[in-house]
Amino acid sequence: MSQDQKRTPLYDLHAELGAKFVPFAGYAMPVQYAAGILKEHLHTRAGAGLFDVTHMGQVRLIAPDAAERLEALVPGDITALAAGEMRYTMFTNGRGGVLDDLMVTRRADDVFLVVNAGCKDQDIALLRDALGAAGVAYDEDRALLALQGPGAVAALARHAPGVADLGFMKAAALTIAGTKAWVSRSGYTGEDGFEISVAHADADGLARTLLAEPEVEAVGLGARDSLRLEAGLCLYGNDLTPDITPIEAGLTWTISKRRRATGGFSGDAVIQAQIADGPARRRVGIQPSGRAPARAHTSVVVGETTVGEITSGGFGPSVGGPVAMGYVDRAHAKAGTEIVLDIRGKRHAAAVVKMPFVPHRYAK
Amino acid sequence: MSDVRFTKDHEWVRIEGDTATVGISEYAQEQLGDVVFVELPTVGADVEAGGDAAVVESVKAASEVYAPIGGTIVEVNEDLEATPGLVNESAEDAGWFWRMEISDADELEELMTTADYKAFLEGLD
Repeated sequence: MSQDQKRTPLYDLHAELGAKFVPFAGYAMPVQYAAGILKEHLHTRAGAGLFDVTHMGQVRLIAPDAAERLEALVPGDITALAAGEMRYTMFTNGRGGVLDDLMVTRRADDVFLVVNAGCKDQDIALLRDALGAAGVAYDEDRALLALQGPGAVAALARHAPGVADLGFMKAAALTIAGTKAWVSRSGYTGEDGFEISVAHADADGLARTLLAEPEVEAVGLGARDSLRLEAGLCLYGNDLTPDITPIEAGLTWTISKRRRATGGFSGDAVIQAQIADGPARRRVGIQPSGRAPARAHTSVVVGETTVGEITSGGFGPSVGGPVAMGYVDRAHAKAGTEIVLDIRGKRHAAAVVKMPFVPHRYAK
Repeated sequence: MSDVRFTKDHEWVRIEGDTATVGISEYAQEQLGDVVFVELPTVGADVEAGGDAAVVESVKAASEVYAPIGGTIVEVNEDLEATPGLVNESAEDAGWFWRMEISDADELEELMTTADYKAFLEGLD
């Protein structure tokens, strides 16, 4: 383990639980615990999984007109958010490509962002350019825990009764077993659940409190990836890049009617044209017919022509077989289209399918 | 007692006369985690020592399995198609990958004995 890797405040707890660490965006993060990725994945869909996602960036926009100014960087409707409401959106570049995807919550006194670990330096620089250095606060002393699964609400409600009343994509300041926390009803597994922001000093105690609940087991980043893949959610760097637009990615739903009409964000002309005319390629679900997983960069072929590429793929533990997503030319993007995957030089039959692979079970 | 040898890439090979059975070591399955798919070689195919012969996939990633010695594939473990988890449960026995006819027994001399391999693993940590 390299010395210069950062550790989250839960590092010692991960080690106690038998974590296998991997380097991820400069951090030593648990890819799995003793149970292994398969069991951790299935447990999250049956009970509740506790994930350490402290490597993600927690940023507060404290400029007075932060919501308005953020809208110059993202196509999401931020000014329409009431305090305590959150939204999924993305930073775009001048070509309409995605620089990062993020969660935005409007709060009484600021706008709270959660951005990807690997993009946070870029994002903070972008925000400081747009809002002024004094308008952007990066909270490096905050930990982020995700509690995901059908058992999450019961487990968390024993320590914070208010969470049961929190609607999907809503957030509030709550006290959990005496710890001050910012809690949102959100996540990235397709399941009901919460993301909990606390001070570094409180993270270990809170994690141990939650792990003591009968529903809850620690779950690593390996299962986080297989859960989000089955849920049809994008992984930044694979399924979203600076060369892929939100429209190609099937994220048009994140752009409100007002923002489609008025634009005013980076790459707006490209994105508005793609909404009007349809993109040349689209992100689709891909279901291999056999047992062989098709990983990222696998070519998608129709006849003798390469029509696309897988961007995320692997084994879906809840599906019990391989699942993938990728980009294909629009002529071949319709669900039911038969395609061929070139896996290590061998042709494997597959089909374009609707996502998610496992139905979302978010709170109402 | 049959003779078992290991490679630095964590394959094992058990020699029984002119044929050899090949799989991945207990250490390798532990490192891989849950095995979800195994791509086996074709019966009748010739493989070279150190050449690609099979692929083992965990939830996370695909890894090549190399032939420890050269020869001809005579049988593959078809149980792994339906039950790839056998590799985790019994890496050095029921989770074998293929059997092969040995083309050059001298190649075995390049491989590690069980004791050598144990020492090699201790050096990895």
